Amino acid sequence: MLHDSSPLAVAIFLAFVGGVIGLSFWLGRTKQSAQAYYAAHGQIHWFVNGIAFAGDYLSAASFLGICGMIAFSGYDGFLYSIGFLAGWVVALFVIAEPIKALGTFTLADALDARFGSRALKTAVAASTLVVSVFYLIPQMVGAGSLITPLLGLPHTAGVLLVGVAVTLIVVTAGMVSTTWVQFIKGSLLVVFCGVLTAMILGRGLVENTGSLAPQVRTVRSDGTVLVDGQPQSRGHDLRPVGTLLRLPERYAGRTATGPLGPFEYLTVLEDSTVVTWKATKTSDADGTHTTYTPRERPGSELLLPGGYFQGLATGRLTDRLDFVSLMLALFCGTASLPHILIRYYTVKDGAAARKSTVVGIAAIGVFYVLTLFLGLGALTSGALDPTDTNMAAPLLAKSFSTTLFALISAIAFTTVLGTVSGLIMAGSGAVAHDLVANVCGVDMTDHEKVRCGKLAAVGLGVVAMALGILFRDFNVSFLVGWAFNIAASANLPALVMLLFWPRTTAPGIVAAVTVGMAASLGWILLSADTFEKVYGLSRDLAPMPFSQPGLVTIPLGFAVLVAVSLATAPQATLPPHHDR
Amino acid sequence: MNASERSAAAPGPTPPAPPPRLPVTSRLGLGLFLVYVLLYGGFMGLVLARPDLLALRPAGGMNLALIAGLGLIAAAFLLAVIYMLGRRDT
Repeated sequence: MLHDSSPLAVAIFLAFVGGVIGLSFWLGRTKQSAQAYYAAHGQIHWFVNGIAFAGDYLSAASFLGICGMIAFSGYDGFLYSIGFLAGWVVALFVIAEPIKALGTFTLADALDARFGSRALKTAVAASTLVVSVFYLIPQMVGAGSLITPLLGLPHTAGVLLVGVAVTLIVVTAGMVSTTWVQFIKGSLLVVFCGVLTAMILGRGLVENTGSLAPQVRTVRSDGTVLVDGQPQSRGHDLRPVGTLLRLPERYAGRTATGPLGPFEYLTVLEDSTVVTWKATKTSDADGTHTTYTPRERPGSELLLPGGYFQGLATGRLTDRLDFVSLMLALFCGTASLPHILIRYYTVKDGAAARKSTVVGIAAIGVFYVLTLFLGLGALTSGALDPTDTNMAAPLLAKSFSTTLFALISAIAFTTVLGTVSGLIMAGSGAVAHDLVANVCGVDMTDHEKVRCGKLAAVGLGVVAMALGILFRDFNVSFLVGWAFNIAASANLPALVMLLFWPRTTAPGIVAAVTVGMAASLGWILLSADTFEKVYGLSRDLAPMPFSQPGLVTIPLGFAVLVAVSLATAPQATLPPHHDR
Repeated sequence: MNASERSAAAPGPTPPAPPPRLPVTSRLGLGLFLVYVLLYGGFMGLVLARPDLLALRPAGGMNLALIAGLGLIAAAFLLAVIYMLGRRDT
């Protein structure tokens, strides 16, 4: 569909970007120490850090992706929410306090606290960079993809705008400015999603029986687009979808329920009849045709698992294993993401780390409950773009008012800033602190450590912008899942075994990180999803039985760590720097 | 202070210090973690093995899938608060 950009959205977004960059320069006006740049002096208040956790974690994938998935596939989008939040339980109960006590600036600091091994630091820094880059690509491409429909600017402009803004935020005051940007973003996201949810409940459920005729979108070889055989224009475009066909019988004679409570909203929707649209692609000499066909369904069917993860309905073993593997990766991945873990170094002690995680769980949990209502509100809003699931939340806002659309669009775009700044900080620490200072042994003064970190941040910012432009047409929606799988496979076995198994050795950790990272990455590259969505080949050619590797590669990481540690046991008792 | 800084600060000729003692995750934390693993695993087991149960609507309200999903989110927060209160003296 063609979308009108909103000058108000552009103005709000530019005001936000200008505001946070101004704040960053103000925070960075004095000379910084390495402790300030990498860890904000360890003096961030636990409440601020907790909301910053939410700002760091809730990426565009969480906001736009989950809303869109619920709006188009129902309950299965909520399964992602459940998995994403469950990962924080691992972070709080198992990882938070030990990681705070062990490390200084980076994940490598914590894993290497007992050993002083150069090989270990190298392996963990490499894992940090790989996970951060896999997480960066979808954020940057997402920024480019969003900017056209939301702000009316070209893809490259979105990537450059985010890249430059984030680089400025990070290099001005490092972790201090990154924390405050994430705090502001996290607060805005939860507050405005709350406002939108209140409006959805206030409106209640409304029948909207627009045309239910199938629609065909054709993309010709020269790039022109036809809608139902005629050139696409503002006067002749796809019809918006998202239909509540019939309210339950108890509302007979009425077309709207009026205001509903949250539980009542869900119950009434279950008893209603809705229409979803199935997209079917065909190709011929005229181009690629996508036919959108309406399907009448009881609301109760949409509020059960199986809409997106169709293997749950078909019962195929490999599809079920794929689902279990994804949910395991989401559960284990959060506590292994380097850009999340470094946030524990910004508070003063273990108690503050614990309290900030609880605040983070509260903010993130509330957000995911709100996304359920946003997704279901969009599902019945009559405003969805059938070609773009990511536009569900902004278009839902537009069904209320253009001002709300502008606000939600600007907030959607700013979600990218908070997450990308955290990723650049994690990568900057891995390069400057782990690789340059600790692995290469470059002797730097405190000031030089900060300068090195800032140079690394600029370099990573440039890399992020290049990747965002390079991967422009790449299907990146599953890259975040890849990042979770790689993080869980490479880092979690090392973190858990270091804490709970005294015989863990440095070579054991090096082997687990390396094998976990390589195995998960290799599995992903040979999976059916990658064959189909990346290489454009048939899924049947893929050698891996299912696409999500975590079910195999996370246990593999544990097994490799145990085997290598047992084979190299004396290493564990050597003093720091024994292998230098 | 990280390992290298600790090492650099140590006087040269004295024997190396023993490896830093690892912080131990609390028994309460591990217990609550196991409770959540059982809840999360139980829910995933239902999704995979008995999806028909998730369609049940106790007392005619929301279905079990929604109750369980919202319950898991609420449980994560509740267990987190219990943990925070149980460890507030440390």
